[in-house]
Amino acid sequence: MTTPQRKPLLQRLAGTNTLWIALVLLLLIAVFGALRPDAVLTVFTLQTTLVETAVLLVLAVGMTFVIITSGIDLSVGSVLVFSGVTSAMTMNALSGGDATNAGWGVVAVGLLVALVSGAAWGLLNGVLIAKAKIPALIVTLGSFGAALGAGQLISNGSNVSGVPNVLSNNLGTGTTFGVPNLVILAAVITAAGALLLGTTRFGRHTYAIGSNEEAARRVGISVTRHLMTVYLLAGVLAGLAGFMATAYFRVASITGHDTDNLNAIAGVVLGGTSLFGGAGSIVGTIFGVFIPAVLRKGFVIVGVNVYWQPIAVAIVLVAAVWFDQSRRKARDQR
Amino acid sequence: MQAAEVGGLSGGSMADPLLEAKDLAKHYGSVEALRGASFTAFEGEVVSLIGDNGAGKSTLVKCLSGVQRPDSGTLVFGGREVVLDSPVAARALGIETVFQDLAVAPDLDPAANLYLGRELRKPGVLGMLGVLDKKEMRRRAIASFEDLGVTLQSIDVPIGSLSGGQRQSVAVARSVVWASRLVFMDEPTAALGVVQRERVLDVIRRVRDQGMAVVLISHNMPEVLAVSDRVEVLRLGRRVAKFRAADTTVEELVGAMTGALSQEDA
Ligand SMILES: Nc1ncnc2c1ncn2[C@@H]1O[C@H](COP(=O)(O)OP(=O)(O)OP(=O)(O)O)[C@@H](O)[C@H]1O
Ligand SMILES: [Mg+2]
Repeated sequence: MTTPQRKPLLQRLAGTNTLWIALVLLLLIAVFGALRPDAVLTVFTLQTTLVETAVLLVLAVGMTFVIITSGIDLSVGSVLVFSGVTSAMTMNALSGGDATNAGWGVVAVGLLVALVSGAAWGLLNGVLIAKAKIPALIVTLGSFGAALGAGQLISNGSNVSGVPNVLSNNLGTGTTFGVPNLVILAAVITAAGALLLGTTRFGRHTYAIGSNEEAARRVGISVTRHLMTVYLLAGVLAGLAGFMATAYFRVASITGHDTDNLNAIAGVVLGGTSLFGGAGSIVGTIFGVFIPAVLRKGFVIVGVNVYWQPIAVAIVLVAAVWFDQSRRKARDQR
Repeated sequence: MQAAEVGGLSGGSMADPLLEAKDLAKHYGSVEALRGASFTAFEGEVVSLIGDNGAGKSTLVKCLSGVQRPDSGTLVFGGREVVLDSPVAARALGIETVFQDLAVAPDLDPAANLYLGRELRKPGVLGMLGVLDKKEMRRRAIASFEDLGVTLQSIDVPIGSLSGGQRQSVAVARSVVWASRLVFMDEPTAALGVVQRERVLDVIRRVRDQGMAVVLISHNMPEVLAVSDRVEVLRLGRRVAKFRAADTTVEELVGAMTGALSQEDA
């Protein structure tokens, strides 16, 4: 009898969507770079692209876990807004109404409030989805509206200013060895997410549940608790993203996040994570999140009307899903 | 015809069954899948559970492996009355199951499926953080597959891309690797070719010779007679007959399944 051999890494990668999507990303950069080498391949362009994508990347890391369980979370953008608002208002309240000159202690409380706010919404989603067994699409469509509404109620419908300078100057716009701090934080979160998903039991169970929930249950995985944890994780990361956005923009904004959820989902799916669950990776998500960002940046620099960007993203997205679907169909027809 | 003599066929004192289910009832809505079904298995024997389509075999297996709770009835395992309220409870007793629908995760590779829910972790701090020892799991999985005669061209592909028979072989391997007292196999040979079928039957005999009980569900009567020590027949959710495999014939089994024959004390 033959012992099964392990295929070489490249050959294994070639079978996955991740490699293809990475090639698409490289191709885009190469094309834009060739058209305008002076403007595209600069430190400044790189920095701004990274910074503008950092917050979305954090949302997309949580979304990757959710989608691998074959779920969905439409609420992340609204939870981001809610968390930003509660965080900024708490910091203001602790500083007599205006936290602009507040210190690190206040910032730490603000961070905690943002994380707890996100966790609360994530837990609510998780309980309704995993325990009450209401479809994730419906639950998070509900919390998508509710979290934004709640944020607007608390802030009286206006942006919350008075963000501490120490926060904005350091996390928001500061750099370390030329790398924006916001990007470093996003990179740390992404790396942690990639390790959690790719190397741990928690990650393995996430795949198993998305692949065959009943099978996971029968081998003794506590599916309900696991799903609740996954939505909780997505909520906490949305809370963190809200804190990061607040630091960057120096204001907790209640507008401009209504399509964050869709952008995060698009990034995840572009990166090769299957909407059917059971397959995907954080590495893929990184590529997937940067494709729309690079397209937007590239179009601006090259002088293409930016309204083409969503159309281009849509084409790549539909192609990616179609590719995944036909691959699965071929497999399941065995 | 002959009533079955209750008792295992190998070893000494065989008075007490390993597993004894009495009067199990289970309904799904208005469908009564089990209507007072009883079932017995002894250590060191292969007992086949046969019956027509829809007789309730798979439902009985699910009730006996903790996947579903029976509406009523009692369960004695190893001399003690037990309640199997989850698959974990059954596994803690050393019971493993090959389900008719296999219950594998198609996106995971064979090694991951073999260790699903029982993942090995790295030693030390990493292990405490939940980091998997994928290399070791892969190594041991290859050894187990080789030992059990499961042939796979590649072990690094999702199990969903294997053939139906290969998937079934992996599910069988998973059950016997982990079982310590009893294995349920719900049609484990249904999709197998001649060679693989023989291998699974060999595995069943090996497991029996180690002293475990194997419960085989199959529609293939020659196969049932070839490998079993005893046969129990389920009809319309109730046990209607018990036979010693050595003393019965295909005709008799078919008669019991269709209701042409029945035993009063079954
Ligand atoms: N989850 C379920 N929901 C509703 N009815 C069910 C369910 N599972 C089984 N049944 C019904 O219970 C009865 C017994 O089914 P079961 O699967 O136990 O039969 P079986 O003996 O295993 O048949 P087969 O040989 O075809 O596998 C059938 O009438 C079936 O329709
Ligand atoms: Mg069945």
